[in-house]
Amino acid sequence: MAAETTPLLEAQDLSAFYGRVHALKPTSLTVGEGELVTVLGPNGAGKTTMLRAMTRLTPASGRIFFKGRDITALATHDRARAGIIMVQEGRGLFGQMTVHENLTLGAYTMDASETVEERIASVFTLFPRLKERYEQIASSLSGGEQQMLAIGRALMAKPKLLMLDEPSLGLAPRVASEILETLGQLNRQGLGILLVEQKAPLALRLAKRVYILSLGGIVAELPANEIKSHHDLSRYYLH
Amino acid sequence: MTSRATTFTRRVATTAAPVALVLVVLLLALNSNGYVVTIVGFAAIYGIFCTGLNFFMGYTGQASFGQNAFAALGGYGTAILTATYYWDPVAAFFVSMIFAGIVAAIIGYPTLKLRGHYLAMATFALGLITYEISIEWIDLTQGYMGYSGIPPLGVFGFELATEKQQLVALALLLLLGVWISTRLRDSRFGRALRSIAGSEPAAQALGVNVARYKLAAFVIAAMYASAAGSLFAHFVGFISPEVFGAAMVIQSFTMLFLGGIGTTWGPVIGALIVSMLPEVLRGMHLKELQDVAYCIILVSILIFAPKGIFALIGEGVAAITRRRATETAPSAAAAQAAG
Repeated sequence: MAAETTPLLEAQDLSAFYGRVHALKPTSLTVGEGELVTVLGPNGAGKTTMLRAMTRLTPASGRIFFKGRDITALATHDRARAGIIMVQEGRGLFGQMTVHENLTLGAYTMDASETVEERIASVFTLFPRLKERYEQIASSLSGGEQQMLAIGRALMAKPKLLMLDEPSLGLAPRVASEILETLGQLNRQGLGILLVEQKAPLALRLAKRVYILSLGGIVAELPANEIKSHHDLSRYYLH
Repeated sequence: MTSRATTFTRRVATTAAPVALVLVVLLLALNSNGYVVTIVGFAAIYGIFCTGLNFFMGYTGQASFGQNAFAALGGYGTAILTATYYWDPVAAFFVSMIFAGIVAAIIGYPTLKLRGHYLAMATFALGLITYEISIEWIDLTQGYMGYSGIPPLGVFGFELATEKQQLVALALLLLLGVWISTRLRDSRFGRALRSIAGSEPAAQALGVNVARYKLAAFVIAAMYASAAGSLFAHFVGFISPEVFGAAMVIQSFTMLFLGGIGTTWGPVIGALIVSMLPEVLRGMHLKELQDVAYCIILVSILIFAPKGIFALIGEGVAAITRRRATETAPSAAAAQAAG
């Protein structure tokens, strides 16, 4: 019973500063096993800082637990090895490497039980367009393809929790929709997802719960399907 | 078929052609006088030095202005062990290399926490400090007088007595150095290094221990530099602080950027060009225009091939293979339809 109630990720009072600016006020958040949680908020709300604090790319105080284990002291690369993989804003691709090389590097933490090429094949099943761009340099891909590659590369590590920072940013609505649908598909297969978006009606349709972040702190937490009943929130995020 | 042809074309351009170039230069030098042998020998030594530097600056994308310090460690280590303590050159070579690696690990651990300009300045200071030590610690290094009486390369009492024999050994060691570099670049280790060059946060987020890999690249570069310093000491038979001064850093940077930083063969091609071009121009009897012509050629190469000559060759080959692929695809489709 206890194992069922232990969240996949639990952040307690995460707090981060950029110099004197308190970019992330004490923030607590949970993501359950196989749950898709969305964090919404305007520009400068602290969404990216929150994700970076969770991966320790930005130094932060507070505690963080993953599958019940205290990982507060773990470095970024050790958190990745534990199964927390982040797709960064701007995708963070290795622009001078090919699609294949980017994907291979995604499997950096993978053990030898499954070959890298098998993982790549499963990514190509999810994003067939990447297969056509196999030997193409990542920086020469379109925005949508780059985002697919960034997600594909993250999946190569077989994450237990996938965190995405505004994956739809700068993409055509159709492409953004396609990518978010794929995330929904991954979630239905049991992958825990923490999705950060600015205004994302589609993300809300996929999510079970939503956190609203404003001025560096969480101002609301509610089931995603209840956002319509909140006049101010629905006006801001759904229209 | 197209894929095989593409792979074959790439291999020829990226491996066979540079190896052939090195062998051709070697053969030409072996059939020339002693001066040419010396120039080509220096090019090979710099090729080894720059191949090591490429690990840290090219593959890993960090800045080091202090690799001359490790060349000095290798050079003086070899000189002292062979000329004063009569060690076998090979043993002295490896002991100096390991010592340089350990020093690099000790210095690199705190230094590599710095980034960008700060790292560049710290490494530059490392080179300056080593230079000052080599001048001031006269009992050990003989200061400005330099260290002479260093025996030529050899193993178990067998000496490579002539410069030409040594040149062959240098060429073989250069090819070995590049082979190791190529193997490591294409390995999991090499991909991790290149991911750091691409984006440190992204590499960390994928599980790469950035600090450890940077340190490993720094140590490898230091060991290559030490090897180059040792080989220089054996090849010339004399070293002084000036050999491992700031000019070495500038020279190696020119070679690295001209040949193609981050590419496998770029450092070697850069070393060959920068070492031999002044001599070629001198042979053309341009007199006082020689230096001007040298600068114009270097600047032109950097303007028209900003990623270096080897990268330019790589891009050319990629363009040819792409064109071939597009030409072959319709005919293959037609043949399939007809069949």
